[in-house]
Amino acid sequence: MAEALLKIEGIHKRFGGLHALNNVGLTINKGEVYGLIGPNGAGKTTLFNVLTGLYQPDEGTFTFNGRDLFRAKPHVVVSAGIARTFQNIRLFAEMTALENVMVGRHIRSKAGALGAVLRNKGTMEEERSIRSKAMELLAYVGIADVAEERARNLSYGHQRRLEIARALATEPMLLALDEPAAGMNPRETDELKGLMHKIRDGGVTILLIEHDVKLMMDLCDRIAVLDYGKKIAEGVPEVVRKDPKVIEAYLGAAHA
Amino acid sequence: MTKALDTNKKVGLFLIAAVVLAVLPFIVGNTLGNSWIRIIDFALLYVMLALGLNIVVGFAGLLDLGFIAFYAVGAYTYALLGSPHFGLHLPFYITIPLGALFAALFGILLGTPVLRLKGDYLAIVTLGFGEIIRIFMNNLNAPVNITNGPQGINLIDPINVGGLSLGKALQVGGTSLNSVYLYYYMFLALTVLVVIMAWRLQHSRIGRAWVALREDDIAAAAMGINIRNIKLLAFALGALSGGVAGGLFASFQGFISPESFGLLESIMILAMIVLGGMGHIPGVILGAVVLTIAPEVLRDVIGPLQMKTFGRMLIDPENARMLLFGLALVVMMLVRPEGMWPSKRRKAEFEDAKEAAAQKG
Repeated sequence: MAEALLKIEGIHKRFGGLHALNNVGLTINKGEVYGLIGPNGAGKTTLFNVLTGLYQPDEGTFTFNGRDLFRAKPHVVVSAGIARTFQNIRLFAEMTALENVMVGRHIRSKAGALGAVLRNKGTMEEERSIRSKAMELLAYVGIADVAEERARNLSYGHQRRLEIARALATEPMLLALDEPAAGMNPRETDELKGLMHKIRDGGVTILLIEHDVKLMMDLCDRIAVLDYGKKIAEGVPEVVRKDPKVIEAYLGAAHA
Repeated sequence: MTKALDTNKKVGLFLIAAVVLAVLPFIVGNTLGNSWIRIIDFALLYVMLALGLNIVVGFAGLLDLGFIAFYAVGAYTYALLGSPHFGLHLPFYITIPLGALFAALFGILLGTPVLRLKGDYLAIVTLGFGEIIRIFMNNLNAPVNITNGPQGINLIDPINVGGLSLGKALQVGGTSLNSVYLYYYMFLALTVLVVIMAWRLQHSRIGRAWVALREDDIAAAAMGINIRNIKLLAFALGALSGGVAGGLFASFQGFISPESFGLLESIMILAMIVLGGMGHIPGVILGAVVLTIAPEVLRDVIGPLQMKTFGRMLIDPENARMLLFGLALVVMMLVRPEGMWPSKRRKAEFEDAKEAAAQKG
């Protein structure tokens, strides 16, 4: 039996009169690639933001790896082991690629202001390990050659990879990717797929939002479908694809 | 090879700088007079202040228009504990650290309610905070007289280092070293400490977190940075150097009153940072020195110049001085918005912005 890593139940999120998430519950198991799809405005990104602590849900329960993360702050969520990327890439544009990943090590290191000023042995050692680990991760996602380049100047595909490297630097158990293939050409998408397999094989569970249905069917072990803030289907891709409710949500009632 | 050469070059530059800074007051004192050493002493105080504010504004990107409040806290701490006002005469090695500590506490006190604010809104709240501190100092003379109100505090103890009072001339051999010389070395030592502190903070895990916060606070939060703590740390550490400078100011002047801590002072310190090169330590130092010294040079030059060219005073020198000074700021910001000596990163930011503007047509 698969072991649950993340479990939410009865999650509600309202923005004024808009009921963005309506009684959403789902379970993500250790080691799987879990997909989240739905028409535009279905609440995918809202759910994503709830799961990564950027939004505070109004009601429900949220446990991760045995920890209660209901209404936890983002840094608590990250330290519990959930890291994310953004739909519209949010790198630290004026920092180098390497520095971006080094920021990702923040939560896994601890030198404070005093250590920074005194530059004691422990601090210097930690700083060296932050740097070497960051270099390692750049190589892991395949962009070690642009380590000293400013993030702003990287190609789109490289920026996507850098964002993944930065998220991996927080040593997540669950990596949440918000439309990582958006705007990529087929070759870049293929490479991304390879990278995601590598990450999953490295023992990191993946939560994925994506519009590219074919990619989702290829990659995901299980898929949940959101529509108007409600989960309308969940299961293995072949079953979800044939679900009449899903077809209706995507294509309109006439096709069902 | 080249690396060794670079190191040699660095050591060489460092030694030259050290020698220049060590003999500077003697050169200035013998050519321009002691009043100019006094101006340089003030320049050092402003370097400390600007470096402190630079932590908040330059590193963490939090616009603070009330920074002078921390200078005031440091100054009043020193004055109240080292003057006849309460009859307390604690030594400087207690009062200055205590002033720095109080200033840092006030930094956290200011930081806590403004955690959710950014940009313009933050600027307005900090401006209000700065004024509140000044008005408190102005009015805390009744019902219990704490700050002596607008009259200020007089006869503040000069710094006394192991029996050597910096407030009196020191006789060495045949020559006498004026108090401004002694304070120069005291200020220089502390300025060097503040520079080292700022430099090391910038190139650390904490410094990176500040830059991340400045560039994109949501992404920074999503990377696990505790936004609340890292902001408060910036406010506290910035205020700390402001507090040190404040204590030194009180001892140097021997007199403080709320008038010294007005909004214009806060704005001047901000101008030093922006004009020098926000976030870049050498630039900020340059900005502080130039903005302290330039108005004084103008003071010495404008009057005589008018007399020479027109034979009489056309414009009151004091007005003309500030007019020229304001004009210089305007021109500077139009010609070099990134500052006199920006960091590479910031220079690139401005070039990117220019390019983007050009592309839009």
